[in-house]
Amino acid sequence: MTKSIRAASLRSTTAFAITLAGLGTVAAAEEITVVSGAVGNAIEEFDRIVAPWEERTGHTAVLVPMPASTTDQFGQYRLWLAAGNGDIDLYQTDVIWAPQLAEHFVDLSEAAADVIDDHFPSIIESQTVEGKLVAMPIYTDAPALYYRTDMLEKYGFDAPPETWEELTSMAQTIQEGERNDGNGEFWGFVFQGNSYEGLTCNALEWVKSYGGGQIVEADGTISINNEQAVAALEQAASWVGTIAPDGVVSYQEEEARGVWQTGNAAFMRNWPYAYSLGNGEDSAVAGLFDVTTLPTGGEGSAATLGGWNIAVSQYGDNIDIATDLAMYLASEEAQKMRALNSTNLPTIQSLYSDPEIAEQQPIIPRWEEVFLSAVPRPSAPTQEDYNEVSTAFFSAVHSVLTGEEDAATALEDLELDLEDILE
Amino acid sequence: MSHADMVPEAANAPKSPPPEVNAGSGEAELQRQRIRAAYLFLLPMLVMLALVAAWPLFRSIAFSFTDASANTIFNGESEWVGFDNYVERSVRSNGEVRWRGVLVDGDWWNAVWNTVRFSLVSVGLELVLGMLVALVLNAEFKGRGLVRAAILIPWAIPTVVSARMWGWMLNDQFGVINYMMMGVGLIDRPIAWTASSDTAMIAVLIVDVWKTTPFMALLILAGLQMVPRDMYEAAKIDGIHPVKVFFKVTLPLIRPAILVAVIFRALDALRIFDLIYLLTPQSDSTVTMSVLSYRELQQFGDYGEGSTMSTLLFLIITGFVLLYLKIGRVDLAGDKG
Repeated sequence: MTKSIRAASLRSTTAFAITLAGLGTVAAAEEITVVSGAVGNAIEEFDRIVAPWEERTGHTAVLVPMPASTTDQFGQYRLWLAAGNGDIDLYQTDVIWAPQLAEHFVDLSEAAADVIDDHFPSIIESQTVEGKLVAMPIYTDAPALYYRTDMLEKYGFDAPPETWEELTSMAQTIQEGERNDGNGEFWGFVFQGNSYEGLTCNALEWVKSYGGGQIVEADGTISINNEQAVAALEQAASWVGTIAPDGVVSYQEEEARGVWQTGNAAFMRNWPYAYSLGNGEDSAVAGLFDVTTLPTGGEGSAATLGGWNIAVSQYGDNIDIATDLAMYLASEEAQKMRALNSTNLPTIQSLYSDPEIAEQQPIIPRWEEVFLSAVPRPSAPTQEDYNEVSTAFFSAVHSVLTGEEDAATALEDLELDLEDILE
Repeated sequence: MSHADMVPEAANAPKSPPPEVNAGSGEAELQRQRIRAAYLFLLPMLVMLALVAAWPLFRSIAFSFTDASANTIFNGESEWVGFDNYVERSVRSNGEVRWRGVLVDGDWWNAVWNTVRFSLVSVGLELVLGMLVALVLNAEFKGRGLVRAAILIPWAIPTVVSARMWGWMLNDQFGVINYMMMGVGLIDRPIAWTASSDTAMIAVLIVDVWKTTPFMALLILAGLQMVPRDMYEAAKIDGIHPVKVFFKVTLPLIRPAILVAVIFRALDALRIFDLIYLLTPQSDSTVTMSVLSYRELQQFGDYGEGSTMSTLLFLIITGFVLLYLKIGRVDLAGDKG
């Protein structure tokens, strides 16, 4: 934090010097503020990525870090935008926010006309609202099942689990074995069970892979109250306190990664960012793990479509410069850096066959197929009610995980709540 | 309160004919001047209060009667909906009647119960512990000043920081509390303090008591220092047992200080937000009125319903304070003092 502020001020001094040197030829150096949630090493990473742009244009880009919880970020952004706040030029937006915030952002379709076809069409579509390109995709996200190759070998499994049942029994075996060997803090499986947006992603994967639909279908039908969904949630609830720690119901991404990266879990459900961090120097599991698609409940594997985009606020003072920075952040150059440094999955299709990426981050080319099984969260059919729908869903799932309610009752009540919210 | 009382007095003054006209009118004039000056000095404060307290409160109450959302609060396009946010009767397409609104919302009443339960237990514990600490600090011993300063540290740490700090200490995997308890054999497996619905409220109470006991102690200590020493000496000479001295002498004399300390803390506890929001997942077992209202306002952008919750929270707190003042016969104006 302090480091980034110092770096930012240092840069603005340099930029100032450059401006003075080229007085008359270079336009005044502007400071463009970018607001984004900060997970892992996001702040250092940002400074590294914008450096070439700053050098080229003489302007500076400053990151305003926000809490990791996307729910908290969204609330704050919406308030700033509704108030016409001009302090922030660029917003890093979640894939699900486009329909809710569309009116506050600049239409980028003209600026992006030349590059738009390089991106995955489905991702561009998710950011287009009534013909307006609300945000440029900078990376996409789909979760993976992380597994310990050494543990699988030690306990005689030759492949990672394909179904949730297999995962449950394998996790059980490994956990018991490790505990008998004296590691009392070893757990079979960690995921994100806190009551927040991340639980909506986790639970949507369970429900969808059991054939239980996607909460609210594309045509607006509320589909969550069904037997498959009940079975999926019962399965998940059975993990808490057995193969997953009791505390998993308060874990977000970083807590799960904490248990995993200290070598205390056999399996983890997490986003690709944990791959390069897990292979970092301070990681106890470096070189000891691999990733695969999430298990299925019988109806195919499902991965919640995540991903981040960059949107230009129409209330900022330097819309043109901000748009330029946005286009740079979404460019092939920036996406490649992001892929190499932090295993962020590119949204530009050609990068999946890039030899350098394939060599340094072999996980990325394998990810292309995951997108084929990616499930969108129901933000399009629920529009401005999405947050309320998602909160009702993750609250219901959370109460099942903690054992306050049984799955059947929780989903029955949830259906009524959703009817109220959406009517 | 007290400056309001001055007004009728001043207005009455000229009505009663003074025995000596000249001196009397001079005195009345002086009185009026002093009142004018008093108002002049109070004016900046009153304007400030109106701006930062009265106006937002009024806006909040006004919003609770509208369907305002995040997109309409700034452009004034929200519509008046009467009491629909509080309670509304709606008939479904299949003829089924459903009551909606905050007043019939189970989640809201659960939050009210959580808040009240939290307030009673936390203020109760803090009162007892704060009293003990204050009694110790009131005794003469070497290094008393240092201990007094040290004991205030938890109160000085911002809640965000202490919530995070305790969050890590109570963590089920890396937490030092579980480590220590396992070490001495109190528990045989780590407890997920903040996550489990049975212990989440206990975790919140532990942190809150740790944080605010010093504040309680400080206020009670101030009360203790007002008790004249000679009363204790008299009791000592009469050979009265120290416990009896505490209940018959100390307690009645510091009662006003305690009542004020308790009301401060109760007001704080009833609107608790930060500690619970940061320390625990937002589950039914800990969610309070403020957390629910924040969620409605900030996360759902539903300013109508969120403001309704804020208004009800305001009314509930006012109700509690009035009840407390009546029961405790607290004299906040100091008129009878």
